Amino acid sequence: MSLRIVVTVKYVPDATGDRHFADDLTVDRDDVDGLLSELDEYAVEQALQISENSDDDVEITVLTVGPEDAKDALRKALSMGADKAIHVEDDDLHGTDAIGTSLVLAKAVEKAGYDLVISGMASTDGTMGVVPALLAERLGVPQVTLLSEVSVDGGTVKGRRDGDTATEQLEASLPAVVSVTDQSGEARYPSFKGIMAAKKKPVESWDLSDLDIDEDEVGLENAWTAVDSATERPARTAGTIVKDEGEGGKQLAAFLAERKFV
Amino acid sequence: MAEVLVYVDHVDGAVRKPTLELLTLARRIGEPVAVALGNGAADTAAALAEHGAVKVLTHEAAEYADYLVVPKVDALQAAAEAVSPAAVLVPSSAEGKEIAARLALRLGSGVITDAVDLEAGDQGPVATQSVFAAAFTTKSRVSKGTPVITVKPNSAAVEPAPAAGAVEALSVSFSAAATGTKVTARTPRESTGRPELTEAAIVVSGGRGVNGEENFAIIEALADSLGAAVGASRAAVDAGWYPHTNQVGQTGKSVSPQLYIASGISGAIQHRAGMQTSKTIVAINKDAEAPIFDLVDYGVVGDLFDVVPQLTEEVKSRKG
Ligand SMILES: Cc1cc2nc3c(=O)[nH]c(=O)nc-3n(C[C@H](O)[C@H](O)[C@H](O)COP(=O)(O)OP(=O)(O)OC[C@H]3O[C@@H](n4cnc5c(N)ncnc54)[C@H](O)[C@@H]3O)c2cc1C
Repeated sequence: MSLRIVVTVKYVPDATGDRHFADDLTVDRDDVDGLLSELDEYAVEQALQISENSDDDVEITVLTVGPEDAKDALRKALSMGADKAIHVEDDDLHGTDAIGTSLVLAKAVEKAGYDLVISGMASTDGTMGVVPALLAERLGVPQVTLLSEVSVDGGTVKGRRDGDTATEQLEASLPAVVSVTDQSGEARYPSFKGIMAAKKKPVESWDLSDLDIDEDEVGLENAWTAVDSATERPARTAGTIVKDEGEGGKQLAAFLAERKFV
Repeated sequence: MAEVLVYVDHVDGAVRKPTLELLTLARRIGEPVAVALGNGAADTAAALAEHGAVKVLTHEAAEYADYLVVPKVDALQAAAEAVSPAAVLVPSSAEGKEIAARLALRLGSGVITDAVDLEAGDQGPVATQSVFAAAFTTKSRVSKGTPVITVKPNSAAVEPAPAAGAVEALSVSFSAAATGTKVTARTPRESTGRPELTEAAIVVSGGRGVNGEENFAIIEALADSLGAAVGASRAAVDAGWYPHTNQVGQTGKSVSPQLYIASGISGAIQHRAGMQTSKTIVAINKDAEAPIFDLVDYGVVGDLFDVVPQLTEEVKSRKG
């Protein structure tokens, strides 16, 4: 048997950089360095572990939708150990929202062929966390999301979801869409050998016509949501800072009392 | 007046506070019609009526507990088709966002998640969101179909607004996908007796500076003196000192309390993402250069092992 895993990854502006909006109110991608979303590294890691723990032939494809630079994210995933990569790139994709992105990913995943899709829990820039659920809805396969533990056994995927009110054990038949959290296990660093090997791994480029998607189904103009304004949050007015000279706790209590918390 | 669907988050009929906040927001847009699903659904009606629900659509079935997300999407879709609402509002929990997104796709609509405010607008409801770790505030709207919007806890006040709250049975036929992901076991979280982290008016958090599982007792003691919830940074969670359910930040809970007290937390961007919209922020840190001090209304540069117990004692004695 063989198992085809597609890992969806996103190229995002570095969260520790000065992220801001471009004039058209999309995320500015020019002024801040980009990288593979850290939360997607966990998805790549779990794909690699499923592969290592499997007797089957496992093939791991990493898939991204994004601008030219997004290839960097694919390279990183390949150097961690994924087998091949697909880059969906098209000028008409600029400004596509979550619903539109899920369409592109669904078509690409279908074209690539899959038994299991693994995503991160959310992107570090958009942070909606809804793409895996949307992908499952579009593909018509089970959604097994927000897992802190995942395993594949034959044609079944199992995992643990630590929810708000309960911890749940989940189970579904393949094909399925999985997302993993940052509790699923530290992602490995690419080895020197991995980085060298990645240079020779195939990266395919697809555009919208390869996926039979019309330009009026995606992009900023056709998005299902519209951002009307984005304003920088005013810096918080500088607060009072005291050095503890033995009375710090009492001073703080007095502040809390003044604000009517005590 | 147009009707607005509100998805009810409840535990065996006990309505959770964020749902009541949604009713406050829903009333700005139209007449709230609540949708309560699963065990105890009908028991939610009294609380919902008291806060403005004109109708409560209910449906009980084992599927809601036995399978992940999709049965709830099926039900909400049935409700949306029956009511033709002006908008659908869902609490912004992890599950709530997944339900909302799948519903939006089925309705041919857009979805907005994690709104912190909502008002009526000429072109439909306008949602305020806080993005890039709360560095920016955006105003957005859904531009296609019925707006589906998830709203974060503590985004609006709970207001009494008595309404009929007539209970009606919702008729739901589950899709083939409904039984795709089976919940084979469920272990409810043990109650700590403290307020729910995302709903609490005060949150007291500890980070790497707390330096050990046993030392979290001093964070808990402060929390209990204030009737607060306990939070933790990822560093403290990763070290195994406090459960992940209490993590505040990008990959944990996002909180927006009246008062946030950070002890031994440096204030990394990913932590700030989960607490920066708190009304009053207080920090105790021995490093005067820690970035958390950029956010605070009041900060104490000092050793938390001195400052926190003294604060706790002082709070207790002031409360008598
Ligand atoms: C993708 C991603 C997601 C993340 N998600 C989250 C998240 O959800 N939540 C989160 O918190 N982090 C998250 N992080 C991690 C984040 O980057 C920081 O590493 C983390 O917040 C640091 O925790 P800390 O402030 O407790 O520890 P540190 O940064 O080590 O700070 C400890 C602080 O304690 C102070 N201190 C030490 N001893 C004492 C003492 N005795 N008295 C007073 N002060 C003392 C020190 O001066 C220091 O400022 C994420 C990171 C990534 C990459």
